[in-house]
Amino acid sequence: MSMRLRKIREWIIEKAIFLTGFASIVFVILIFLFLIKEGGSLFRSQGMGGFLFGKNWYPISEPPQFGIFPLILGSLLVTLGAAAISVPIGIASALYIAEIAPKRTREILKAGIELLAAIPSVVIGFIGMVTLGPLIKSVFHLSTGLTALTGSITLAFMAMPTIVSIAEDAITAVPRSYREAAIAMGATVWQTTWRIVVRAARPGMLAAVMLGLGRVIGETMAVMMVTGNAAIIPSSILQPVRTLTATIAAEMGETVQGGAHYAALFAVGIILFIITFAVNGLADLYLHKRSRKS
Amino acid sequence: MKRLHPKTVQKIAFRILFGSTLLVILPVLLILGIILYKGISAISWEFLFAMPRNGMMAGGILPAILGTLYLVAGAILFAVPLGVGAAIYLVEYARETSLSRLVKLAIVNLAGVPSVVYGLFGLGIFVTFFGLGASILSGSLTLGIMILPVIITSSREALESVPKSFRVISLSLGASRWQTIRHSVLPHALPGILTGTILGLGRAAGETAPILFTVAAFYLPRLPASIFDQTMALPYHLYVISTQVPGVAENVRYGTALVLLLLVLILNLTGIIIRSKFRKRKKW
Repeated sequence: MSMRLRKIREWIIEKAIFLTGFASIVFVILIFLFLIKEGGSLFRSQGMGGFLFGKNWYPISEPPQFGIFPLILGSLLVTLGAAAISVPIGIASALYIAEIAPKRTREILKAGIELLAAIPSVVIGFIGMVTLGPLIKSVFHLSTGLTALTGSITLAFMAMPTIVSIAEDAITAVPRSYREAAIAMGATVWQTTWRIVVRAARPGMLAAVMLGLGRVIGETMAVMMVTGNAAIIPSSILQPVRTLTATIAAEMGETVQGGAHYAALFAVGIILFIITFAVNGLADLYLHKRSRKS
Repeated sequence: MKRLHPKTVQKIAFRILFGSTLLVILPVLLILGIILYKGISAISWEFLFAMPRNGMMAGGILPAILGTLYLVAGAILFAVPLGVGAAIYLVEYARETSLSRLVKLAIVNLAGVPSVVYGLFGLGIFVTFFGLGASILSGSLTLGIMILPVIITSSREALESVPKSFRVISLSLGASRWQTIRHSVLPHALPGILTGTILGLGRAAGETAPILFTVAAFYLPRLPASIFDQTMALPYHLYVISTQVPGVAENVRYGTALVLLLLVLILNLTGIIIRSKFRKRKKW
């Protein structure tokens, strides 16, 4: 192949590589544009306030009402419940795996966490539905076991791999000299872990928690299968709720393309997109801050 | 009150941490155990290789298994060239500018977009705007975009792990930039890229929400004729028989979960084995 031809070929390849480099930006923008295109009309007809704070989600009544306040509360309740469970347990596990477990145990535990991350959400939802649901039903003497609490426990479990692995990275990244200095001053391993390592790893842990929560807010199938899907404003964690994600997944099949209900579900998608965008961007900021410091 | 001895505190703290770890790990084993125990009786030649009959009450799950394989293959065909290209751009070409920072931020956000929002996007752009309808093509493209961050991130790590000296030596011998990447960098990054690809496969195989509105058929007891055809898919099928169709035998539900789980776990295990072999072999 002549030099000239090779130059041309390489020029094309390199330009193609540049293009693929920007594909991610293009897709993020496209996702947002298409959500707006399909769902934006709802904000015009309904108004932002009525959509976000409307208390009634009656998409198929006449006239339909599209207030997503119950859905936001449903998502919030399930997410907060999941956070209350997964953050302490997840951080504690990360500490155990990174600081205390012997090498062999650590490898086994990490493999277990990876295994958990690999289980499809629909499988976890299925298991939650057939095992956890009945358990909660009988423990709390409820008429149904598919409640916000069931969703919180299921989602807490699903957030674990994210929280544990990112927090573990943050803990491992704490310089060895910090630990050696503390131990040399007579601190026990636990004192070192608790007062030095945890403090130093805090930004990374915060990022871990936020990414875990991002995963929880966006989780769809499992949460749809275990929360009972009642689009009402919940008054207790032992009631069925309906989250933003589950609403889209459950109702899109019944809509007419281009209709108000269809647009409303895309509008819910816009809200979800904005929430997760903010959560992930913020988490990235924390991770970035840490990597710049070290 | 006398303060506890630091050693005692340590003992208690370690026990709590250990207990927390068990709380995470034991349910994983429990889930796998339950599915295996209750689902194994459903697995048979017919279950794996026959069409469903009687509105999913009898017969097998072949179209769902094949449908998932088609979707995953399509997603990979789309996502691997794009993802590896993007990783090469970020590692080999891009300098630390606000533009490359923006690309990285986009990747992070793409990874965080909820799976059901990918479903909406796929419905809006592929099914409706490009008029592909609910089809294997629409579903594959949607899944492909969803696993793009996985592939970019692991390819980036693979490329970054190739020592700088490899590039310097190749360039100093008069090779062009692309020749250097093609012959001195990519071959060494290949196992890492492969790992990422397989992990992406596993993710795509298990996802349900992105295929809900873009391809998945509720009940379609035949094989798809082309990439413009709808198809059943394993994860959606599991959702359907466990929530939408009453009266499906319990072991069929567990059996379907078992098949899906095995498919995903085998993919992941393959990826992990390649990765660990590669790490051991690495000499630098």
